Amino acid sequence: MDSVFSKVDRAPEDPILGVTVAYNNDPSPAKINLGVGAYRTEEGKPLVLDVVRRAEQQLVNDPSRVKEYIPIVGLADFNKLSAKLILGGDSPAIQESRVATIQCLSGTGSLRVGAEFLKKHYHQSVIYIPKPTWGNHPKVFNLAGLSVEYYRYYDPATRGLDFQGLLEDLGGAPSGAIVLLHACAHNPTGVDPTSEQWEQIRQLMRSKSLLPFFDSAYQGFASGSLDTDAHSVRTFVADGGECLIAQSYAKNMGLYGERVGALSIVCKSADVASKVESQVKLVVRPMYSSPPIHGASIVATILKSSEMYNDWTIELKGMADRIISMRKQLFEALQAKGTPGDWSHIIKQIGMFTFTGLNKEQVAFMTKEFHIYMTSDGRISMAGLSSKTVPHLVDAIHAAVTRVG
Amino acid sequence: MAMAMTIRNAASRRAMNPISADFSLRSMSSWWKNVEPAPKDPILGVTEAFLADPSPDKVNVGVGAYRDDNGKPVVLECVREAERRIAGSSFMEYLPMGGSVKMVEETLKLAYGDDSEFIKDKRIAAVQALSGTGACRLFADFQKRFCPGSQIYIPVPTWSNHHNIWRDADVPQKTYHYYHPETKGLNFSGLMDDVKNAPEGSFFLLHACAHNPTGVDPTDEQWREISQLFKAKKHFAFFDMAYQGFASGDPARDAKSIRIFLEDGHHIGISQSYAKNMGLYGQRVGCLSVLCEDEKQAVTVKSQLQQLARPMYSNPPLHGAQIVSTILGDPELKSLWLKEVKIMADRIIGMRTTLRESLEKLGSPLSWEHVTKQIGMFCYSGLTPKQVDRLTSEYHIYMTRNGRISMAGVTTGNVGYLANAIHEVTKSS
Repeated sequence: MDSVFSKVDRAPEDPILGVTVAYNNDPSPAKINLGVGAYRTEEGKPLVLDVVRRAEQQLVNDPSRVKEYIPIVGLADFNKLSAKLILGGDSPAIQESRVATIQCLSGTGSLRVGAEFLKKHYHQSVIYIPKPTWGNHPKVFNLAGLSVEYYRYYDPATRGLDFQGLLEDLGGAPSGAIVLLHACAHNPTGVDPTSEQWEQIRQLMRSKSLLPFFDSAYQGFASGSLDTDAHSVRTFVADGGECLIAQSYAKNMGLYGERVGALSIVCKSADVASKVESQVKLVVRPMYSSPPIHGASIVATILKSSEMYNDWTIELKGMADRIISMRKQLFEALQAKGTPGDWSHIIKQIGMFTFTGLNKEQVAFMTKEFHIYMTSDGRISMAGLSSKTVPHLVDAIHAAVTRVG
Repeated sequence: MAMAMTIRNAASRRAMNPISADFSLRSMSSWWKNVEPAPKDPILGVTEAFLADPSPDKVNVGVGAYRDDNGKPVVLECVREAERRIAGSSFMEYLPMGGSVKMVEETLKLAYGDDSEFIKDKRIAAVQALSGTGACRLFADFQKRFCPGSQIYIPVPTWSNHHNIWRDADVPQKTYHYYHPETKGLNFSGLMDDVKNAPEGSFFLLHACAHNPTGVDPTDEQWREISQLFKAKKHFAFFDMAYQGFASGDPARDAKSIRIFLEDGHHIGISQSYAKNMGLYGQRVGCLSVLCEDEKQAVTVKSQLQQLARPMYSNPPLHGAQIVSTILGDPELKSLWLKEVKIMADRIIGMRTTLRESLEKLGSPLSWEHVTKQIGMFCYSGLTPKQVDRLTSEYHIYMTRNGRISMAGVTTGNVGYLANAIHEVTKSS
């Protein structure tokens, strides 16, 4: 019998996850994976945080724990603690019960559920996203039925923020348009607005009734401080306006594979928040019924114990500091080698990624000749670097810049 | 340029005043003021109501989660052991978009058979999914994208969330006859008529075993006839198998309908769930598979399924998949699991017998034969919504308003109370 799907074409490899696939297939001992943004230790090993291990052990050893369905919106204490983490414990929005928080499948899941909710209940179906942005963003919003427009963000000339372009493009957006904002550590560029620039963005957006949708995937990773990295979100919430926030624990708790995150919708009143939550449930139920219990249980265990919370902040700062130190080492090594060009953006940019400014041809060259695996937009994951591998990367960059257009 | 200047000037003036002086913002109304409160989910809302009830006599025979004879939720011993082995693992990275390869391999063996030629020939496109719901939704999205003109035929009745899934995937729905209220059994001729009258090449949703909510399954012979008619009509069969092991206690037996269709050459799709048969409800672990013409097509279809998963959740959760792989990959643990599944199924079968006998002993004027004829976690009692409401308000017994009783919630401790209550609300029928 013929298949009804015989006309289906093979989909292209995901550009980001495909990098790791290619890396795994390479037999060279010199290979470096600077593709997907998963943290690596100085020894190049993945890291399960000590505090996560302890939380897990606690869960395993508790015979009273069951594994039934959790509510459609996820674990209650996880949700409360997540809102507190991003908004701050003293947030009036929380105190006034104006925040609907729903456990979702990491950042991706939070974005998708939020987008589906907006498609159903919001009067505008266009979302403005920065150029460039994480490759999966446009797909998430398109599949939710939103149309995607871009606002200028990265300036290749300065390898910094195109602030004028950003203000112009958001200024030209229709009233009520949704605007995706990277809360900190912009992916893929590592370029963040200053707090003065954030304030201007906030005022512009509020004056045009643009709806902020924050993607917070790196809280704690950018500066090493959870509060500092939440600053942009908190100033928006402090002005009393509404917004959506997608949070992920993939990186800052190293819980990548457990798919833990939360969508928070900050509303004008407790009554509205409650109705909003009931409608988000209708989005979730036909998608996966209820979210997975394991990762959220680990997070809740850590966040509700002041001892574990403190230990977590220390481990988190350790990861952030190592990344900052890798930036410094890479920059200084390029200086020392005399590689042509201004590489100061490496230490100006923040978070897991550096947008090197290398072009597609240079990247392809580095992969072929030096077995460096990175996304073709020139993004490198600093978390994948170590003191041992910096020299090889420097050689590769130097060769690419001097030999390839 | 001018706007930027204006904003900069405004910002420096604003810096003198705290943000809370933004009166214009506070006077704006919410974007969401027109959002209506959503109705409670008919199934999950039952447990919410149960939990809120202070009565010491309350009984929850609503949601289909297994309980032991003490009415307690169960974590299988094989699961606890698997978790002990997994704890302390140094791997918490992203799974591939298609999920755990090992888990998917073991899962396909359960559905298609350990020695399935289709597995050997790599003809099955399969991805780890978010339990049964997630598998059905991925398939519905895939169906919408690659067979855009198609509809889905759904049995009457069915799990209520099936309708939500295909609706949100934007696939139009039609129904086919299934349950016969008079016999409380299968409306086989109605089903066959609907299959015959559907346009050639239609998509049908079939419950592989232990139909939810009725517990009414076709016999093997009836499945063979259905399969033959499907062949003649070139229909696509999509099986939702959420209870493999739970129906008869024997996973191979419970997959019989699927095996019949495979023997007859159908290229089917299957949604599998470990929520009930491994008690992994909250872990959200399952599998979607689509049998293709050849290996090349299977690779292609899998790549497209991944493209649907990526913008939904990127990759599926690790923990549940690790539990499944650990258990099914270890002969001793797998054997323990099979024993534990049989114990659960046998307890349910035992409770069916006890409930029926209790009602008959009470002198009920109605026939309760269907209680033991139906199979799986649920009994479609035939109770009307009014009778269900009375059971709740007068006896604190919670079930869904379609009269579906979760037999897994029935125990030797509450079966007498349950039988008595049912008798009281039905004796004048």
